[in-house]
Formats: sequence, C-alpha cells, structure tokens
Amino acid sequence: MSTASENTKLAQATQWIDARFPMSSLWRDHISEYYAPKNFNFWYYFGSLAMLVLVIQLVTGIFLTMNYKPDARFAFASVEYIMRDVNYGWLIRYMHSTGASMFFVVVYLHMCRGLMYGSYRKPRELVWLIGMGIYLCLMGEAFMGYLLPWGQMSYWGAQVIISLFDAISPPLALWIRGDFVVSDATLNRFFAFHVIALPLVLVGLVLVHIIALHEVGSNNPDGVEIKKHKDPVTHKPLDGINFHPYYTLKDLVGVSVFLAIFSAVVFFAPEMGGYFLEANNFIPADPMKTPPHIAPVWYFTPYYAILRAIPQKQLGVIAMGAAVLIFLALPWLDRGAVKSIRYRGTLYKTAFGMFITAFLILGYMGTQDPNLWYVNPVSQVCTAIYFAFFLLMPIYSKLDKTLPEPDRVTS
Amino acid sequence: MSDSHSDNGGRRRFLIGAAGALGAAAAAAVATPFVMSMLPSARAKAAGAPVEIDIAKLEPGMMMTSEWRGQPVWVVNRTPEMLAQLAKNVDRLRDPGSDNSEQPEYCKNPTRSTAEHPNLLVAVGICTHLGCSPQDRMKAGNAAGMGEDWPGGFFCPCHGSKFDMAARVFQNVPAPLNMRIPPHMYQANGRLLVGADKSKGA
Repeated sequence: MSTASENTKLAQATQWIDARFPMSSLWRDHISEYYAPKNFNFWYYFGSLAMLVLVIQLVTGIFLTMNYKPDARFAFASVEYIMRDVNYGWLIRYMHSTGASMFFVVVYLHMCRGLMYGSYRKPRELVWLIGMGIYLCLMGEAFMGYLLPWGQMSYWGAQVIISLFDAISPPLALWIRGDFVVSDATLNRFFAFHVIALPLVLVGLVLVHIIALHEVGSNNPDGVEIKKHKDPVTHKPLDGINFHPYYTLKDLVGVSVFLAIFSAVVFFAPEMGGYFLEANNFIPADPMKTPPHIAPVWYFTPYYAILRAIPQKQLGVIAMGAAVLIFLALPWLDRGAVKSIRYRGTLYKTAFGMFITAFLILGYMGTQDPNLWYVNPVSQVCTAIYFAFFLLMPIYSKLDKTLPEPDRVTS
Repeated sequence: MSDSHSDNGGRRRFLIGAAGALGAAAAAAVATPFVMSMLPSARAKAAGAPVEIDIAKLEPGMMMTSEWRGQPVWVVNRTPEMLAQLAKNVDRLRDPGSDNSEQPEYCKNPTRSTAEHPNLLVAVGICTHLGCSPQDRMKAGNAAGMGEDWPGGFFCPCHGSKFDMAARVFQNVPAPLNMRIPPHMYQANGRLLVGADKSKGA
C-alpha cells in the first residue's frame, strides 16, 4: 500500500497488522470509504446517538454492578447505598436511569425516521427486521432492569408484565418467575439476563444491523437509491460522500447537543417529574399492597394503553403483543410507489399523521388513571387507528397519488 | 477425488443429515438442565405451608390482610347490609355463580364463604387480570369515589377491574374471573387457617 517515502514506523506497524488482521480494509469499508447519501438531515443523528447511549449504559452498568446486590433482602438498600454512600454513585445511577429513557427517545426517533423515509423498504427489509430485534431486546433490558431496585413499581410492574405471559400459558409464567410469585428467584435471574445475556445479544444485533446496512447502503430523505448513479471511472456513487470525515463530524455536533440535554436531565431533573423514575419506586417492594396508581415508565405506556383499552384479558394481551410485532410486517405491507414521505400523496400523509398522533395519545393515556371517563374511549379509538394504519396500508399506500421521485437526491 | 464426490452424493447427504439430527438432539438434551433450572426450586416449592390468622378482633365492616404463599390474603367481616347487597349485584356480574372461577367446593355459593361463617370473606387479594392487588372500596355509593350506583366492593388500580363484596368480578372490566378463594377452615379461639381445609387436613 504505502510508497517507500511514506515508509515510516507507523506505516510499517499498520502493514504488520494488516497482514494479520484486516484493520485498514475494515476502516475503509465501514468508515472512510463508506459512501452515505449527501442529503442526510436532522433525522439521521439518532442511529449514532443510539450507539452512544448503548456505550453509556454498558459503562455505567458495569460500575453499578460493583455495588448492587441482586438479593430481595438487600437490593433496595444497596441501591440506596449507591445513591448515598458510594463516591459519585448517585451520578452513575442517574446516568444509567436517564440513559434508559434516552435510549428509547433516540430509538423511537430513529424508527420514526425509518417510517417517514421508507427505510424498511426493499432492499433494506433485513436492516429493519434486525432493528426490530434490537428494539425487542431493548424492551426486555428495560423491563428486567426496572425490577432490580426492588421498589414498589419494580415489583408490581414485573407482576403485571409476567401476568401477561400467564394469560397465554401459566407454566410459562411460572418458568419466567422461578417461583409462584415474583420473588428473590425472579430478581436474581432478571439480574443475570439484564447484565449478561441481553447486553451480549444487543451488542451482537447492533453489529449485524450495521453490517446489513453497509451491505445495502443507507437510505436518505428522498428515498432514492444513490447506487443507481455511479462515477464511470471510480465507481463511487455520485450522490455519496465519505462517512468519515463528513458524517463523523456531523454526528459529533449531534453528540454535543445530545450530551448537553442528557447532562441537564441527569443533574437537574433525573426523575423527570416521575416519567423517568417513578415516585413509588422509592418505597421498598411490598407484595401485600399495590400502589394506588401504577403505570409503566413512559416508553411502554402506548402499549399499556392498548392493553387496558380492551376489556377482555386474552384479547388485550394479544393486541398488546401484536401492536409491537406488527412493525415486523411493515416492509411487506407498504405497496407505495415511492419510499419517502416527501413524494407520498395526501392519503398516506393523513394515515401517517393519524398514526403518530394516535401513538402519542396512547402514550399519554397509558399514564392516566383508568377510572377517568375519557381514558377508555379515547384509548379504544386510538388503538383502532394504530392497527388500521398497518392493516389498511396495502390498500391506501397503493391508491395513494404519489409525486414523481427525483432521479437524484435533491439537497 | 472428484469422481468419488459425485458417486457418494446420496451417502454424503445422509451423513450430513444424520450428524445434524444427532447434533440437534444433543443440543436439546444439553439445553434441558438449563431450562429446568429456571423452574421453581425445591425450596420454593416447600414454602407453601398453611398460615394461621387471628380474626377474633375483626369487627363487622372491617378487613385485614395477611400473607400466604407470598400473596395477600384478605379476610373481610361483612355487615348484614353488605351481604344483602350481594344478591342485587347478580345482573351486573360476569360470573355470578362462580362457575368458571377458582374456589373450594364449600365456597361455591352466593356469599363465596363457608356455611358456618357466611359473613366472612377469605380471598386471595390478587386481581385475576394481571395480578395487582385491588383496593378496598367497600363503602357503597359516592363515598368510595366510584360513582352513584357503586354497590361496594374492590377496585383494581392497574386496569380498573371491579369486584363486589364476594370478590365477584363485574361486567365490562378486563378481569375475566372472580378472585380466588383459598382453601381455609375455622379453628377454635377465633383463628382461621388458610391453605388447608377439612378435606385435606392441615
């Protein structure tokens, strides 16, 4: 690779490694000569931010493990010990608890980007499916992690979610709990899953997600393929720019803004008014008494509202599961002539707007007292809109009067 | 080499298939102890002993909560008015006869209690929807904050299920069944034994 004049010690070292491990070619293929469309906008920050949050969670998680005790007798007190006595323990824990919520913030925005610009469409179906795997894994991480402080919300949240499995198969719920009620056995195994099993799967899935993405190339806000127009000599996409330095630098701006917001939450509002850390979780778990008002953490509330909206146990559980899993079918439900919302017609734009609105309203309803008169009817209407968006998509996305796609990316 | 490759195609496929099937069987066998290790342990299974509750001081209209197998067990001493209301609830209940619900045979009656103490309700205080513990809303009408026509009973804060004073579920709520009545029997000196009854012994 290097000429004789460049043959410095560094180049020699690089050569030595490259003969034994494909370091330079990995760097080229995935960073310096990965060609990404030149028209990425604001919405393209959230992939790299999700990886940043993953690193924050892994690092803070390792340090929390050093003082946390996964034992029903000591768990609550060990978290209090971390908060009061361990040097900077409060900071590490608040980074971890804020990181959990911020993970869902960036992942929901990342998924919304995919919906808007048709990033799940051919040839990126597998990128989407692997991404959904990451999302499911993340939900498992969040759910199991929430049991560990062994507070009232930990306990009753786990009780409710495991009862969902009970509605499908009681022996399955028994197997998950490892006891007849949520107990020390449950806490201990959730700890094992939360700190070892799921993080391993998560990191593996993130790698596979990126490998699959780099194989097919990134989508962009116009939803057109940049690989269609390549330079006849260099065979590089005409509308592509090198990921490094162009997007590494752009993402650094995103990282700076994100970290400013993240730090503001950690230092000034770690509980976020009860949305990131719920007040009832500062009370030790009491299996005899459900707190007067229980709701999951905000990122699960849309699904929780769907569960509550249906006044029949099995159907409610099925609807809740289907609401999550139906995203998997998206690449095959969309029959639109174009990928990006920029060129979709009124029909699709209306459906999309209604879906996002329904999702947000469901999220709000899931935090509200089920006894308020409007909670059930509003949740039921929004649940209907939620499912109609997916189930009617093959029809309205095909009937939709789309605009012609540009041949090349626009800006 | 290349000749034998084509000649042995069938044999090769058979060997690959056989090795694959045996490998899969071995993997399933190895997975078994790991999967089984997550079932309740011998210690968890042994922890289900009956508990004795002192109910001598439980006045009419009062309720107390004890723990049995890690779950709340309620004992409610119902007033005559509460018992009279039970029959009026029938039209609004999902399973008024407790035909699909879980209770010992001696409690499958309108009060869901033993014949000797029809005023006493002994129930596992766990909602049959998703396992929350419902709250006491025993006062009838507006006093319980449940609306004008509320006949008195229990309310689950998680998903809004409602139960009457015999722990029977109302219609149009998510819970499918009446709350569970555990096996129980009354002993001398105002004591109640939960988790065992005359049919099985203590």
